[in-house]
Amino acid sequence: MSLKVKNLKVYYQTLRGDVKALDGATFTIEDGEIMGLAGESGCGKSTLSNSLILLKPPMRFVEGRVELDNEELPIWDMEKMNHFRFKKISTIPQYAMNAMNPIRKIGKMVSEILKSKKVDYKSTLPELKRRLDLVELSHDVLNMYPIELSGGMKQRMVMVLSTLMNPSLLMADEITSALDVSTQKAVAKMLVEFRNRELVKKLMVITHDISILYQIADSIMIMYAGKLAEKAPTSVIINSPRHPYTKLLISSLPDIGVKYSQRKLTGIPGKPPLLLDPPTGCRFRERCPVAFQKCLNEEPPFMEIKKGHFIACWKEFEKNA
Amino acid sequence: MTKPKKRINEILYFALKNKRLRVGLIVVLFFLILAFVGPLLTHYQWDAYVGPAYHPPSYEYWFGTTTFGQDVFTQFILGLKASFLVGIIGGGIGTLIGVLVGFTAGYHGGMIDEFLNMLTNIVIVIPTLAILLIISVYLKVRGVLIESIFIGFTAWPWAARAIRAQTFSLRSRDFVDLARISGIKPLKIMFTEIAPNMMSYLLMTFILQFGGAILIAATLDFIGLGPTNAISLGLMMNLAVLWGALPLGMWWWFVPPGAAIAAIVGALYLTNVGLDEVFNPKLRKL
Amino acid sequence: MKQYFTRKLFIYLLTFFIAVTIDWLIPRFMPGNPVQVLLARASLHAEAAKEMYSYYTKAFGLDLPLWKQYLNFWIAIFHGDLGTSILLFPQPVIKIIIRAVPYDIFLLLPSILLSWFAGNKFGAFAARTKWLDNTVLPIGYILTATPYMWLAILLGWVLAMVFPIFPLAYASSPAMKLSFSWIFIGDYLWHWILPFSSLFLVMFGGWAIGMRNMIIYELEADYSHYLEALGAPRKLVRRYAFRNAILPQVTGLALQLGIIMAGALVTEVVFSYPGIGYLILGAIQNQDFFLIQGCFLFIIIEVLIANFLIDVLYIIIDPRIRIGMGGKSA
Repeated sequence: MSLKVKNLKVYYQTLRGDVKALDGATFTIEDGEIMGLAGESGCGKSTLSNSLILLKPPMRFVEGRVELDNEELPIWDMEKMNHFRFKKISTIPQYAMNAMNPIRKIGKMVSEILKSKKVDYKSTLPELKRRLDLVELSHDVLNMYPIELSGGMKQRMVMVLSTLMNPSLLMADEITSALDVSTQKAVAKMLVEFRNRELVKKLMVITHDISILYQIADSIMIMYAGKLAEKAPTSVIINSPRHPYTKLLISSLPDIGVKYSQRKLTGIPGKPPLLLDPPTGCRFRERCPVAFQKCLNEEPPFMEIKKGHFIACWKEFEKNA
Repeated sequence: MTKPKKRINEILYFALKNKRLRVGLIVVLFFLILAFVGPLLTHYQWDAYVGPAYHPPSYEYWFGTTTFGQDVFTQFILGLKASFLVGIIGGGIGTLIGVLVGFTAGYHGGMIDEFLNMLTNIVIVIPTLAILLIISVYLKVRGVLIESIFIGFTAWPWAARAIRAQTFSLRSRDFVDLARISGIKPLKIMFTEIAPNMMSYLLMTFILQFGGAILIAATLDFIGLGPTNAISLGLMMNLAVLWGALPLGMWWWFVPPGAAIAAIVGALYLTNVGLDEVFNPKLRKL
Repeated sequence: MKQYFTRKLFIYLLTFFIAVTIDWLIPRFMPGNPVQVLLARASLHAEAAKEMYSYYTKAFGLDLPLWKQYLNFWIAIFHGDLGTSILLFPQPVIKIIIRAVPYDIFLLLPSILLSWFAGNKFGAFAARTKWLDNTVLPIGYILTATPYMWLAILLGWVLAMVFPIFPLAYASSPAMKLSFSWIFIGDYLWHWILPFSSLFLVMFGGWAIGMRNMIIYELEADYSHYLEALGAPRKLVRRYAFRNAILPQVTGLALQLGIIMAGALVTEVVFSYPGIGYLILGAIQNQDFFLIQGCFLFIIIEVLIANFLIDVLYIIIDPRIRIGMGGKSA
């Protein structure tokens, strides 16, 4: 069983035209896999994760096919997707700290959500309490309002709620960015624990922080300007990346643990192209040290050059050929 | 931060595209022009008995005449002018005080905030009209200017509240910290760093205060506490009710002043929603 | 929570104190000798002049030191002694006001509460429903921008003069005696409908628009997006947004009270409705200073009580204050 995304295109509608934030993504996540998704801000990684679960205006579905465990997800249909959300596919959002209704007791909120999904709260309660134990939260939180919890506690509560129905796919969007280092580690470990206990089958972890991915991810996918650049097992991405962008990205991190969003990517001169009207050919070519004629005219496909190692770069294809 | 020039272009672009903003501005401009061009269209004094009494609108008397034969159109035009004056002065003073109090409270926090917040709460609770009532009763001669000033001095609290909240959220941003670390004086930070980032907010506050001042003035004038030496839209309605325009069916006397106020204030509110959509990308509809 | 209440109570007491002081201060700091001015204006009744003179020497006590004058004013207030009316000589002001207050309450309470509930429901319903947003919203804006007295005049003109369905003036037919008979109540309601409707409509527009704008913000809030991401039905998302958006509307109610009182005042004037508003008009026209001072005090008291009730309500509906962490922002 797996998540299969084929040529997914999701644009942002603006008054000046479509911003091609996600322009054709094809990849697979297998059961048991934790896939890290990384790239500069604005590269489309949040668009990708959002479009899988909550695709609504100004986002616009253009084309593509998403299959989860051999079933097609109707991601373009807000209503039909409700059938899959929470039970099959779930998310720990970037804004987990503010994700809970401030004026409802947490237990009541959980029960109302469950009820709306036709799940019995009473019979779910024992499992809910087990999950709270798992993330080291007291059962009392159910009788509290979100404002009574610390940021880390709120995040863990959201983790528990989001995964309560054992979804097949869980997306975690920048969940560590607002936390201090030790809490970051604990949260990351919990994600792995969730996977190990098969509470979730596969994970997509979106982050700015490659060091977190290094610790927990089985594979890492790099995005650039709305396109997939490279996907490979974690050790390959860290130790022997092939795409020039990945190489620059990894080498620009002096030590694992520095968030590259906070550094100005000094190693890579230039800026990503505007996605309102992206140039033809390879989107990285203007900043690429090895670009040549072909990169100007033709867009490189995202191809598997070794088992489990995908890449979109003409130069590397040439080398491989 | 995006480049300021690009941002201004973008705002203008959305401003021109926004229907609510366009309609609101056109209506306000129409009445504004009428208030200033109008006096050229009439050769009567507002309180002179110039024609037959109870006269419905006609070629000679566009909006008809009052029970005493005064020209309603002349009164209307002058009243319109008075309303704009009250709006600008009353709304201006209200905004200014609100901004000063709100800025200071939001920027300094602590005891100063406590004190100003309490002051704001007290002024909010005491009904503005009650204060104006007491003051007006004892002031024998009152003009539009005095009225506007009193309105401004009692209408600021909610502006102060809104600005305070906004300043709170802005002062914790990086660029304000940066200025603070480099030892720039608080007042200077307020005006060079915070104010520009709140311009849109200030503009909208002023617009709401403007409309509010017009409504308060109309209410005050209607119960006979308005200007004693001039005409206003509220006073027109007061006179109309007092001198039996209702039983006599003299609709031309009481319909125009109220309709003008409703149209101006309504258009101001509409402008405000439009501006909100322009400045706040989240609300823009596609 | 206790701290929150203590704080609020302190502010209310302080407000009352300041209001009374303003009430006392103004005649004293106006140019001219107030006693002379007042006596000159009240020369209509010889008896009234005499009564006033003796009251003024007592209440104003201009020969006494200022602090003593001030103290006497407070003592008089706590004895319910607000002076004697000139307009309705020789009735005590307090009696006149107490007679008028019930009319205010029965007019204001239903119109405020009903317009608040209806406006909020309707605004929430209109938000994000395109055709409603585009048709009804402008009407809401025009309603809320309409001066209270103008709508009252229009309603009176159309529904009492052009189509004589409702009476134009008074709270009951002049021939009716105040009683608890069905006929009287029917007659009372018959007179009540027009002032009630004009108050209701103006306020309704304001609440509907306030709610519409609030709920749009709330539907874009993080907790709403999370609910959607969990596949919660639209109904639940909207219910949560409504519950959150209603909080600022409660605060708004407190902030609006002063303006609503002013609106009620002019509405009463239009319909010659015998509440405090109508009294004030008479008092102003007759320069009845004691009556004006008295009405001022009563409006303050009414607004303070209403504010207090709203504060209590707020604590019930917003857990953040109950927990004692939201006190700062209140």
